[in-house]
Amino acid sequence: MLTRLANPATFMRVSGYALPPLATAAALLAAYGLYLAFLASPADYQQGETVRIMYIHVPAAWLSLFFYSIMTVSALGTLVWRHPLADVSQRAAAPIGAAFTLVCLVTGSLWGKPMWGTYWVWDARLTSVLVLFLMYCGILTLWRALDDPGRAARAVAILTLVGAVNVPIVKFSVEWWSTLHQGASVFRIGGPLIDPAMLRPLFCMALAFTCFGLALHLAGMRTEILRRRVRTLTLLQAERLERAAA
Amino acid sequence: MMEEAGRHAVFIWSAYGATTLIALGLVIRAVLDHRAQRRALARLEAAGAVPPGRKAARG
Repeated sequence: MLTRLANPATFMRVSGYALPPLATAAALLAAYGLYLAFLASPADYQQGETVRIMYIHVPAAWLSLFFYSIMTVSALGTLVWRHPLADVSQRAAAPIGAAFTLVCLVTGSLWGKPMWGTYWVWDARLTSVLVLFLMYCGILTLWRALDDPGRAARAVAILTLVGAVNVPIVKFSVEWWSTLHQGASVFRIGGPLIDPAMLRPLFCMALAFTCFGLALHLAGMRTEILRRRVRTLTLLQAERLERAAA
Repeated sequence: MMEEAGRHAVFIWSAYGATTLIALGLVIRAVLDHRAQRRALARLEAAGAVPPGRKAARG
Protein backbone atom coordinates (compact mmCIF):
# COMPACT_ATOMS: atom_id res chain seq x y z
CA MET A 1 0.00 0.00 0.00
CA LEU A 2 2.74 2.45 1.08
CA THR A 3 4.86 1.51 -1.92
CA ARG A 4 1.92 2.07 -4.28
CA LEU A 5 1.13 5.43 -2.67
CA ALA A 6 4.81 6.41 -3.01
CA ASN A 7 3.95 7.31 -6.58
CA PRO A 8 2.78 10.96 -6.38
CA ALA A 9 0.30 10.46 -9.26
CA THR A 10 -1.34 7.52 -7.42
CA PHE A 11 -1.33 9.51 -4.18
CA MET A 12 -3.04 12.46 -5.90
CA ARG A 13 -5.76 10.15 -7.26
CA VAL A 14 -6.39 8.26 -3.98
CA SER A 15 -6.24 11.40 -1.79
CA GLY A 16 -8.64 13.13 -4.19
CA TYR A 17 -11.23 10.46 -3.33
CA ALA A 18 -10.47 10.49 0.43
CA LEU A 19 -10.53 14.24 0.96
CA PRO A 20 -14.28 15.07 0.55
CA PRO A 21 -15.57 12.33 2.91
CA LEU A 22 -12.94 13.27 5.52
CA ALA A 23 -13.86 16.98 5.35
CA THR A 24 -17.59 16.14 5.51
CA ALA A 25 -17.04 13.84 8.51
CA ALA A 26 -15.08 16.61 10.26
CA ALA A 27 -17.90 19.14 9.70
CA LEU A 28 -20.67 16.74 10.83
CA LEU A 29 -18.75 15.55 13.89
CA ALA A 30 -17.89 19.14 14.86
CA ALA A 31 -21.55 20.16 14.59
CA TYR A 32 -22.68 17.20 16.73
CA GLY A 33 -19.76 17.73 19.12
CA LEU A 34 -20.71 21.40 19.62
CA TYR A 35 -24.32 20.36 20.28
CA LEU A 36 -23.11 17.86 22.92
CA ALA A 37 -20.61 20.35 24.37
CA PHE A 38 -23.02 23.26 24.79
CA LEU A 39 -26.51 21.78 25.02
CA ALA A 40 -26.37 18.13 26.02
CA SER A 41 -23.71 17.98 28.74
CA PRO A 42 -23.76 19.25 32.31
CA ALA A 43 -21.45 21.75 34.00
CA ASP A 44 -18.69 20.20 36.09
CA TYR A 45 -19.12 20.25 39.88
CA GLN A 46 -15.66 21.86 40.31
CA GLN A 47 -14.91 23.62 37.00
CA GLY A 48 -18.47 24.81 36.41
CA GLU A 49 -19.18 25.93 32.84
CA THR A 50 -15.46 26.28 32.02
CA VAL A 51 -15.39 22.49 31.52
CA ARG A 52 -16.69 23.29 28.00
CA ILE A 53 -13.25 24.70 27.15
CA MET A 54 -11.88 21.19 27.76
CA TYR A 55 -13.83 19.89 24.74
CA ILE A 56 -11.47 21.85 22.47
CA HIS A 57 -8.38 22.10 24.69
CA VAL A 58 -7.91 18.35 25.20
CA PRO A 59 -8.41 17.28 21.52
CA ALA A 60 -6.04 20.09 20.44
CA ALA A 61 -3.43 18.81 22.92
CA TRP A 62 -3.81 15.22 21.63
CA LEU A 63 -3.49 16.34 18.02
CA SER A 64 -0.48 18.54 18.70
CA LEU A 65 1.33 15.36 19.80
CA PHE A 66 -0.26 13.24 17.05
CA PHE A 67 1.02 15.56 14.31
CA TYR A 68 4.49 15.70 15.83
CA SER A 69 4.44 11.88 15.82
CA ILE A 70 3.44 11.92 12.12
CA MET A 71 6.37 14.29 11.51
CA THR A 72 8.75 11.98 13.41
CA VAL A 73 7.73 8.94 11.33
CA SER A 74 8.00 11.09 8.18
CA ALA A 75 11.48 12.26 9.27
CA LEU A 76 12.53 8.60 9.57
CA GLY A 77 10.98 8.04 6.13
CA THR A 78 13.15 10.85 4.72
CA LEU A 79 16.42 9.84 6.39
CA VAL A 80 16.19 6.03 6.54
CA TRP A 81 13.78 4.77 3.86
CA ARG A 82 14.05 7.80 1.52
CA HIS A 83 10.33 7.51 0.82
CA PRO A 84 9.43 10.09 -1.87
CA LEU A 85 6.37 11.31 0.04
CA ALA A 86 7.96 11.39 3.52
CA ASP A 87 9.25 14.95 3.23
CA VAL A 88 5.98 16.02 1.57
CA SER A 89 4.06 14.58 4.54
CA GLN A 90 6.36 16.24 7.07
CA ARG A 91 6.08 19.61 5.38
CA ALA A 92 2.28 19.41 5.25
CA ALA A 93 2.00 18.28 8.90
CA ALA A 94 4.13 21.05 10.47
CA PRO A 95 1.74 24.04 10.17
CA ILE A 96 -1.23 21.89 11.23
CA GLY A 97 0.61 20.62 14.31
CA ALA A 98 1.73 24.17 15.13
CA ALA A 99 -1.87 25.42 14.86
CA PHE A 100 -3.22 22.66 17.16
CA THR A 101 -0.45 23.42 19.68
CA LEU A 102 -1.37 27.11 19.55
CA VAL A 103 -5.05 26.24 20.12
CA CYS A 104 -3.98 24.06 23.07
CA LEU A 105 -1.91 26.90 24.61
CA VAL A 106 -4.53 29.63 24.05
CA THR A 107 -7.51 27.60 25.30
CA GLY A 108 -5.46 26.28 28.24
CA SER A 109 -4.61 29.86 29.26
CA LEU A 110 -8.25 30.90 28.94
CA TRP A 111 -9.26 27.97 31.18
CA GLY A 112 -6.39 28.66 33.62
CA LYS A 113 -7.37 32.23 34.41
CA PRO A 114 -10.78 31.46 36.00
CA MET A 115 -9.67 28.11 37.47
CA TRP A 116 -6.09 28.74 38.66
CA GLY A 117 -6.25 32.52 38.86
CA THR A 118 -3.53 32.95 36.23
CA TYR A 119 -3.14 32.63 32.45
CA TRP A 120 0.26 31.00 32.74
CA VAL A 121 2.54 29.15 35.15
CA TRP A 122 5.98 27.70 34.39
CA ASP A 123 4.73 24.22 35.20
CA ALA A 124 6.32 21.17 33.51
CA ARG A 125 3.30 20.37 31.29
CA LEU A 126 2.71 23.96 30.15
CA THR A 127 6.42 24.59 29.57
CA SER A 128 6.92 21.35 27.59
CA VAL A 129 3.91 22.22 25.37
CA LEU A 130 5.40 25.69 24.81
CA VAL A 131 8.69 23.98 23.84
CA LEU A 132 6.67 21.80 21.41
CA PHE A 133 5.19 24.95 19.84
CA LEU A 134 8.67 26.51 19.56
CA MET A 135 9.93 23.30 17.90
CA TYR A 136 7.15 23.55 15.31
CA CYS A 137 8.05 27.24 14.71
CA GLY A 138 11.76 26.33 14.42
CA ILE A 139 10.99 23.60 11.87
CA LEU A 140 8.81 25.93 9.78
CA THR A 141 11.53 28.62 9.90
CA LEU A 142 14.27 26.18 8.90
CA TRP A 143 12.30 25.17 5.80
CA ARG A 144 12.01 28.80 4.75
CA ALA A 145 15.69 29.47 5.47
CA LEU A 146 17.13 26.76 3.17
CA ASP A 147 16.75 27.10 -0.61
CA ASP A 148 17.82 23.59 -1.61
CA PRO A 149 14.80 21.30 -0.96
CA GLY A 150 16.97 18.18 -0.48
CA ARG A 151 19.19 19.86 2.12
CA ALA A 152 16.17 21.42 3.83
CA ALA A 153 14.43 18.02 4.01
CA ARG A 154 17.43 16.36 5.69
CA ALA A 155 18.05 19.27 8.10
CA VAL A 156 14.38 19.42 9.09
CA ALA A 157 14.22 15.63 9.51
CA ILE A 158 17.20 15.73 11.90
CA LEU A 159 15.71 18.65 13.87
CA THR A 160 12.35 16.83 14.03
CA LEU A 161 13.99 13.67 15.41
CA VAL A 162 15.86 15.72 18.05
CA GLY A 163 12.59 17.42 19.02
CA ALA A 164 10.82 14.05 19.30
CA VAL A 165 12.46 13.69 22.73
CA ASN A 166 9.95 16.29 23.92
CA VAL A 167 6.88 14.17 22.99
CA PRO A 168 7.15 11.70 25.93
CA ILE A 169 8.15 14.64 28.17
CA VAL A 170 4.86 16.39 27.31
CA LYS A 171 2.88 13.18 27.83
CA PHE A 172 4.45 12.09 31.12
CA SER A 173 5.35 15.49 32.60
CA VAL A 174 2.32 15.34 34.89
CA GLU A 175 3.56 12.03 36.31
CA TRP A 176 7.30 12.78 36.47
CA TRP A 177 6.99 16.16 38.15
CA SER A 178 4.62 17.72 40.63
CA THR A 179 2.57 20.00 38.37
CA LEU A 180 -0.33 22.39 38.76
CA HIS A 181 -1.74 20.81 35.59
CA GLN A 182 -3.91 17.82 36.49
CA GLY A 183 -2.81 14.27 35.67
CA ALA A 184 -4.19 11.99 32.95
CA SER A 185 -7.93 11.54 33.36
CA VAL A 186 -9.00 9.86 30.10
CA PHE A 187 -6.35 7.35 28.93
CA ARG A 188 -5.20 5.80 32.20
CA ILE A 189 -4.94 2.40 33.84
CA GLY A 190 -8.24 1.85 35.65
CA GLY A 191 -10.31 3.71 33.05
CA PRO A 192 -11.32 7.34 32.58
CA LEU A 193 -12.15 9.49 35.60
CA ILE A 194 -14.60 11.57 33.58
CA ASP A 195 -18.37 11.07 33.60
CA PRO A 196 -19.73 9.54 30.33
CA ALA A 197 -21.89 12.67 29.85
CA MET A 198 -18.64 14.64 29.46
CA LEU A 199 -16.68 11.91 27.69
CA ARG A 200 -19.16 11.89 24.78
CA PRO A 201 -18.59 15.53 23.69
CA LEU A 202 -14.86 15.11 24.35
CA PHE A 203 -14.51 12.06 22.07
CA CYS A 204 -16.84 13.54 19.46
CA MET A 205 -14.76 16.74 19.28
CA ALA A 206 -11.55 14.68 19.29
CA LEU A 207 -12.82 12.70 16.27
CA ALA A 208 -13.87 15.95 14.55
CA PHE A 209 -10.42 17.48 15.16
CA THR A 210 -8.74 14.28 13.90
CA CYS A 211 -10.78 14.20 10.65
CA PHE A 212 -10.20 17.95 10.19
CA GLY A 213 -6.45 17.57 10.79
CA LEU A 214 -6.14 14.56 8.47
CA ALA A 215 -8.15 16.33 5.72
CA LEU A 216 -5.85 19.34 6.01
CA HIS A 217 -2.82 17.04 5.97
CA LEU A 218 -3.96 15.33 2.76
CA ALA A 219 -4.78 18.72 1.19
CA GLY A 220 -1.40 20.07 2.28
CA MET A 221 0.40 17.06 0.77
CA ARG A 222 -1.45 17.53 -2.53
CA THR A 223 -0.43 21.20 -2.61
CA GLU A 224 3.16 20.30 -1.76
CA ILE A 225 3.28 17.81 -4.66
CA LEU A 226 1.99 20.56 -6.99
CA ARG A 227 4.62 22.97 -5.59
CA ARG A 228 7.36 20.47 -6.42
CA ARG A 229 5.99 20.00 -9.95
CA VAL A 230 5.98 23.80 -10.37
CA ARG A 231 9.59 23.99 -9.14
CA THR A 232 10.76 21.20 -11.48
CA LEU A 233 8.97 22.72 -14.48
CA THR A 234 10.32 26.20 -13.67
CA LEU A 235 13.88 24.85 -13.59
CA LEU A 236 13.36 22.89 -16.85
CA GLN A 237 11.84 25.93 -18.49
CA ALA A 238 14.78 28.10 -17.39
CA GLU A 239 17.24 25.50 -18.78
CA ARG A 240 15.31 25.37 -22.08
CA LEU A 241 15.33 29.15 -22.41
CA GLU A 242 19.05 29.25 -21.57
CA ARG A 243 19.81 26.64 -24.25
CA ALA A 244 17.69 28.50 -26.80
CA ALA A 245 19.51 31.75 -26.05
CA ALA A 246 22.98 30.14 -26.35
CA MET B 1 -26.42 25.22 30.02
CA MET B 2 -24.69 28.22 28.51
CA GLU B 3 -27.10 30.84 29.87
CA GLU B 4 -25.62 29.96 33.26
CA ALA B 5 -22.05 30.47 32.07
CA GLY B 6 -22.18 33.88 33.77
CA ARG B 7 -18.87 35.40 34.69
CA HIS B 8 -16.90 32.69 32.86
CA ALA B 9 -18.70 33.20 29.55
CA VAL B 10 -16.00 35.56 28.26
CA PHE B 11 -13.33 32.86 28.73
CA ILE B 12 -15.47 30.15 27.12
CA TRP B 13 -16.43 32.24 24.09
CA SER B 14 -12.88 33.56 23.70
CA ALA B 15 -11.55 29.97 23.66
CA TYR B 16 -14.07 28.86 21.02
CA GLY B 17 -13.57 32.09 19.05
CA ALA B 18 -9.78 31.74 18.98
CA THR B 19 -10.08 28.07 17.93
CA THR B 20 -12.50 28.99 15.12
CA LEU B 21 -10.17 31.75 13.89
CA ILE B 22 -7.12 29.46 13.88
CA ALA B 23 -9.08 26.66 12.13
CA LEU B 24 -10.41 29.12 9.53
CA GLY B 25 -6.88 30.45 9.03
CA LEU B 26 -5.65 26.91 8.30
CA VAL B 27 -8.45 26.28 5.79
CA ILE B 28 -8.03 29.64 4.00
CA ARG B 29 -4.24 29.19 3.84
CA ALA B 30 -4.67 25.67 2.41
CA VAL B 31 -7.19 26.80 -0.25
CA LEU B 32 -5.19 29.88 -1.33
CA ASP B 33 -1.89 27.98 -1.46
CA HIS B 34 -3.46 25.15 -3.52
CA ARG B 35 -5.02 27.63 -5.97
CA ALA B 36 -1.73 29.50 -6.33
CA GLN B 37 0.16 26.28 -7.18
CA ARG B 38 -2.52 25.17 -9.67
CA ARG B 39 -2.37 28.57 -11.38
CA ALA B 40 1.45 28.47 -11.52
CA LEU B 41 1.33 24.93 -12.98
CA ALA B 42 -1.26 25.92 -15.59
CA ARG B 43 0.85 28.97 -16.57
CA LEU B 44 3.98 26.82 -17.00
CA GLU B 45 2.14 24.18 -19.03
CA ALA B 46 0.61 26.88 -21.23
CA ALA B 47 4.14 28.21 -21.82
CA GLY B 48 5.15 24.78 -23.13
CA ALA B 49 6.90 23.35 -20.07
CA VAL B 50 6.41 19.58 -19.83
CA PRO B 51 7.46 17.19 -17.06
CA PRO B 52 10.61 15.14 -17.84
CA GLY B 53 8.65 11.86 -17.99
CA ARG B 54 6.22 13.13 -20.61
CA LYS B 55 9.03 14.69 -22.62
CA ALA B 56 10.90 11.37 -22.73
CA ALA B 57 7.76 9.51 -23.81
CA ARG B 58 7.21 11.90 -26.70
CA GLY B 59 10.84 11.85 -27.72
